[in-house]
Amino acid sequence: MTRLAPQAGERIDRAQPLSFTFHGKPVQGFAGDTIGSALYASGQRVFSRSFKYHRPRGLVCCAGHCANCQMTVDGIPSVRVCTTPLREGAVVKGQNYVGSLERDLMQVTDKLGGPFTPPGFYYKTFIRPRKLWPLYEKFLRGAAGLGPLDPDGSRQERVDVEHRHVDVVVIGGGQAGLEAAIAAAQGGESVVVIDEGYDVGGTLLADREGIGTAAELRRHAVDAGVDLLAPAIAIGLFEQGLVPVAYGNLLLKYRAHRVIVASGIVEQPLVFPGNDLVGVMLPDAARRLVNGFSIKPAERAVVLTVDDRGLRAAADLEAAGVEIARIVDFRTVGSPAIEAQGKGGKVTQVSIDGHHVKADLVIMCGSPQPNYKLLAQAGARVEYDEGRGVFVPTDLPANVEAVGAVTGDVGEPAVPSPILDHRGDKCFVCICEDQTTKDLKYAIAEGFDSIELSKRYTTVTMGPCQGRLCHTNSIRVYAKTTGLDENTIGTTTARPPYTPISMGLLAGPPQEPRKRTSLHHRHKDMGGKMMWTGAWRRPHSYGPDPGAEAQHVHDALGLIDVSTLGKILVKGPDAGAFLDRVYPNRFSDLEVGRTRYGVLTGDAGRIMDDGVVARLDDDTFYVSATSTGADGVYQWFTWWNAVWFMDVQFANLTGALAAINVAGPNAREAMQRVSEDDFSAEGFAYLDAKQLTVAGVPMLALRIGFVGELGYELHFPSPFAEHVWDTIFEQAADLDPKPFGLEPQRILRLEKGHVIVSQDTDSESNLHEAAMPWLVKNDKEFEWVGKWATQQVADRGLKWMLVGFESPSGAIPVEGGQVVIDGVSSGRVTSVRRSSELGKVIGLAIVPHELAVDGGRFDVQVNGRPVPMTVHLGAFYDPAGEKVKS
Amino acid sequence: MSMLVTCPNCGPREVQELRCAGETTKRPTSTPTVRELNEYIYFRRNVWGTQREWWFCRTCEDWFLAERHTYTNVVEKTWHPEPAA
Repeated sequence: MTRLAPQAGERIDRAQPLSFTFHGKPVQGFAGDTIGSALYASGQRVFSRSFKYHRPRGLVCCAGHCANCQMTVDGIPSVRVCTTPLREGAVVKGQNYVGSLERDLMQVTDKLGGPFTPPGFYYKTFIRPRKLWPLYEKFLRGAAGLGPLDPDGSRQERVDVEHRHVDVVVIGGGQAGLEAAIAAAQGGESVVVIDEGYDVGGTLLADREGIGTAAELRRHAVDAGVDLLAPAIAIGLFEQGLVPVAYGNLLLKYRAHRVIVASGIVEQPLVFPGNDLVGVMLPDAARRLVNGFSIKPAERAVVLTVDDRGLRAAADLEAAGVEIARIVDFRTVGSPAIEAQGKGGKVTQVSIDGHHVKADLVIMCGSPQPNYKLLAQAGARVEYDEGRGVFVPTDLPANVEAVGAVTGDVGEPAVPSPILDHRGDKCFVCICEDQTTKDLKYAIAEGFDSIELSKRYTTVTMGPCQGRLCHTNSIRVYAKTTGLDENTIGTTTARPPYTPISMGLLAGPPQEPRKRTSLHHRHKDMGGKMMWTGAWRRPHSYGPDPGAEAQHVHDALGLIDVSTLGKILVKGPDAGAFLDRVYPNRFSDLEVGRTRYGVLTGDAGRIMDDGVVARLDDDTFYVSATSTGADGVYQWFTWWNAVWFMDVQFANLTGALAAINVAGPNAREAMQRVSEDDFSAEGFAYLDAKQLTVAGVPMLALRIGFVGELGYELHFPSPFAEHVWDTIFEQAADLDPKPFGLEPQRILRLEKGHVIVSQDTDSESNLHEAAMPWLVKNDKEFEWVGKWATQQVADRGLKWMLVGFESPSGAIPVEGGQVVIDGVSSGRVTSVRRSSELGKVIGLAIVPHELAVDGGRFDVQVNGRPVPMTVHLGAFYDPAGEKVKS
Repeated sequence: MSMLVTCPNCGPREVQELRCAGETTKRPTSTPTVRELNEYIYFRRNVWGTQREWWFCRTCEDWFLAERHTYTNVVEKTWHPEPAA
């Protein structure tokens, strides 16, 4: 047991033991522990395996900065356990090893490959022979990297996004941050403090007296009404006070009037051979273990320091019973040759100018740097202050303030890089990415002499610590090697996120809710196979044979739920005139009680949407739009009227109304069973729109023929959908009604040569080349939307035409298949289906205009071979329209 | 992109709650030449600075005009359009 006797200020509550498992073995910790501190207390020293060389790594910062303590916790990879509060029952595992964390078989890359894998090694080596890349890739992907994701994707967790508005967001809950937060809250502002540590307090939590100060500040902050979030990560700092915060499985999007950055300092490692061995630690890491978690971290320690921080660590360690074997204070001794040596990756001794000192803990204390990254990412400039030896953020963006050590107020002037140019292997600059001084010098020698290029080539600063522990040292290696000063070398661009966060947080919950029609459960009950159409769930078909389902509509009676159609009421004295402006054809002369087909174009002449327009009375039109176009058409209409200010109003009734199409030779008989209104051929003619009552429900019925048979499209309030549906099935049971899905509907409409906008048209389609010139009515007094561009198409001459075709050989091309003429790609198939009614394979295709004659021939690539097709103009089925008009 | 836009009805909103329909344009009043038509349909000023734009609020389903600085994304002014006098 490495726990010390109970001491004042310790975080742990010894009365509350917590159990968890590490690699399946039970481990005990206490409430107040982090997973990291509990593991350390249990004797665990190796916490991870390094990214490239698989070297054993232990705790270094205990502050959530470095990547050394990343483990898989409850199935979530790459969790920094040094700041993750311990939970009862947590399942903790190491990652990035083969075999075990203690004996990683992949460490062979360190022993053998290490000296031979300089930057760019993989690019240069595994490029040849090309054929072997799949093999290389398999190996390399397994060898490098961090924690694996669950390959089955079976791990599920809920992630939520919350938008929060506050007056002040304070990033960093150290002394400066908490004091700023308290002042703001006492001034009447709403304040939240975001801290990435296991608690607010910052560096105070490392100090014996500081722990008390932190607790007091915490209490004051809570009393003042400050909201404290820890551990929580401010992902970035964006315009207009946006601060997204990763807080467990919550993404909190804070909007603040003011942002106060109090992100403090990052302790910097020293660069010497063996500086990555397990047991080499930053001073505050050791002090947190001793003072916060009451752990005796080692038996014998060597302290390498450039300032008093290291001396304070030495004092605390000594008080905890650790023997201080040697203190090397670089302020007085110059630059001795230092090398940490170890066994099994754990430090055992330090060589100081050739003298060996036994130690199982090495404190490396470089001069701390302001933790300016968020400020730099937000647009602040970062300058090197030569006098103090620190990088200082200046020119802060509007409404962003910086307080405390992040402003450059880090205490003693820095003693830069006392031992950076020591010769030898494995002087790690970047422990996340396993980059050494040698690697950086190699990159410089290869010509990557700018810090930004070097970053991309060596990946230094691109690891999980995002440069916090390596940025300064890498700049200094550059400065020493190239002879340039730090300001000339400059810093690399800081980008969000501040620290790696889960992709789930960014993906969040789906923005678009899935939509169900009011008949959804009927479809499920009747065996409907549901599919996505935009945001809607709709039945694809109700059985294994969509062709038979289509055939049944020709033979008897089919019902399809078309509730997803856009439904827009256009009402007002100018309603007709408005529609004349937005449609190519005329609606002001549409008789009350009649319908007319309409296609919408933009002013660029491209086809946007289509639908049927019914006139309900002089001032009222009922416009249907495609299922995915409903919102777009509504916005299109309202936008034009925000320009024109015509006396017309719009109501989007898409969700409010259900719609059912009743089609087939038995449709009239079926409607007469459920309605007392006149459904006769004379009383309710083709293209009529009638307001009548069906199954006791007042509704609008449109006699239209999208699927090619006698049919009635019923539009009525959604709550009655199941009632109307059921009543028709019951009352017309002997007429053999069957539901049909989208796929049979696609076959039926194709038999009629009816176009589906966005299936048979694309962003280039215009009215002429989509074979709809009959819609163009240029004699209207107003310059309708799309008129000019449509006219330009006619003037330039037609190049393409959308035509029907038959496949005489019966071969079925794919939709999107190439039309090939004289070996040249000349158009494409837009729709194709086998029709059992016709006994043929039929389709629509965009072909060169000159082929658009009945009997025109062209080839389509089918399975890589050209197969002849024949042009068929007009409907394939019932070209005279006798069925729909019957 | 992340910014606040003040809908004249609904107040300050996250940009995701609205739809930007781009710079305002001037539709020709009579048959344009090919050049004039292409300018109207495709050419945009794309200024660095304050730009007048159409926005649609998904909450109240109303269109409004905004002046936004294209570099800072600060929406300086929003208002509902008025019929031409």
